[in-house]
Amino acid sequence: MDLDVLIEKFQAKDEKAFEKLYAMYSDSMHGVIFNIVRDHGIAEEVMQDVFIKIWHKADSYSKEKGRFFTWVLNISRNAAIDKIRSKAFKNSKQNLSSDYFVDIIEANDNLDNKTDAIGVKNFVSKLKQKCKDIIELLYFKGYTQSEASEALDMPIGTVKTRNRNCIQELRNMVLN
Amino acid sequence: MDINAYIASGVLELYVAGALSEKENAEVYALIQKHPEILQEVLEIEAAVVKLTSSTSQRNNLHILENVKKELGFDGNDTKVVSLVKPKYNWITYTGWAASIVLAFGLLWTVNQNKQLQTDIQVAETQQSLLETQIENSKNSLAEANTLITVLRDDNIARIPLAGQGNFANTYAKVYWDKNEKRIFLDAQGLPDPPEGKVYQVWSLKLSPLTPTSLGTIDNFISDNNKIFEIENSNESEAFGITLEPAGGSETPTMEFLYTLGVVAS
Repeated sequence: MDLDVLIEKFQAKDEKAFEKLYAMYSDSMHGVIFNIVRDHGIAEEVMQDVFIKIWHKADSYSKEKGRFFTWVLNISRNAAIDKIRSKAFKNSKQNLSSDYFVDIIEANDNLDNKTDAIGVKNFVSKLKQKCKDIIELLYFKGYTQSEASEALDMPIGTVKTRNRNCIQELRNMVLN
Repeated sequence: MDINAYIASGVLELYVAGALSEKENAEVYALIQKHPEILQEVLEIEAAVVKLTSSTSQRNNLHILENVKKELGFDGNDTKVVSLVKPKYNWITYTGWAASIVLAFGLLWTVNQNKQLQTDIQVAETQQSLLETQIENSKNSLAEANTLITVLRDDNIARIPLAGQGNFANTYAKVYWDKNEKRIFLDAQGLPDPPEGKVYQVWSLKLSPLTPTSLGTIDNFISDNNKIFEIENSNESEAFGITLEPAGGSETPTMEFLYTLGVVAS
């Protein structure tokens, strides 16, 4: 089914459309959330909150403002970041591991059962440090281009082209 | 614009990441609408990112969906909130009908009032024209009365009392003769109403020899209120008489019905 139609149905409170969108994006969101909170129980909790919120706030999405995926990604990242900033979280987790998403992927045995897993594992194993940094900040942490430019100490133009090259490599590995 | 250069700039990767400003997002969306190759590029970037991020998920997440569905109260048969059957007639319908009925009665009442008012106006207009007629009549009477006063006060006017004759001894009349204006005013207050088919006829008389000249009949005797009649008289009258004649008058006076007679003082 066309994604636009699916999203319209979802916005009209169609439960089946919601379940389809969940199937499309839940692993991705769980990955992003887990990468931030680094705790399976808390990641599940945040996931649940995120998708309930998405259902209730369906009206606030409009395709003129961006991709539906990006909208869900933003909600997930913000919910996960809010969680690790909360007092309860800070009390239970004194030190967050400083691992990148890359480390999680490399340690992920579950991936062996997934079709694209080999491609992704291949990809991250060859990934240059600059790519790791930039992907981590832009996709997993939700940095804006200027925030990323500042954090990585490189001009915005360089952030854009470098990121493009990194994603191009990823595409070559997982989509072909 | 150079589409390939735009794609190569890396802006679309940031678009998918959500790293652009709201304004920049709107610009990208506008270009996607125009250029399908940009949409294709966005879809591929998105697919790659979805796969990458999914790889950091170490679990199967279907059980979370079950929890979410339970929380949201999904019943599984997809009837949704929208399918709630609305009552066929809601309060708006009832209020609407009530308002219409009130309005209809209001209109009827207004139309009725309007008719009533128009009738009232007609009645008033009729009354007004009646009053105007009365005023006109009164004015005429006043004018007549004023003329009469003038006549009575005028020294040049001769007063001739007409005395009842024979069977009609109890009747009387008076003639005021304005010789200058060649007219008389006959005060016939002392005469009874003439019987039907008969009229009074006024005569100017010469005495030697006795020559009557008709001054005319009084056709409006009964309808006249003050019984004073103005009659032209250019004769050298020596006496005046009044007889009762058949309607239309006679050539010569019918002496049996001579009511009153009076001689002009010389």
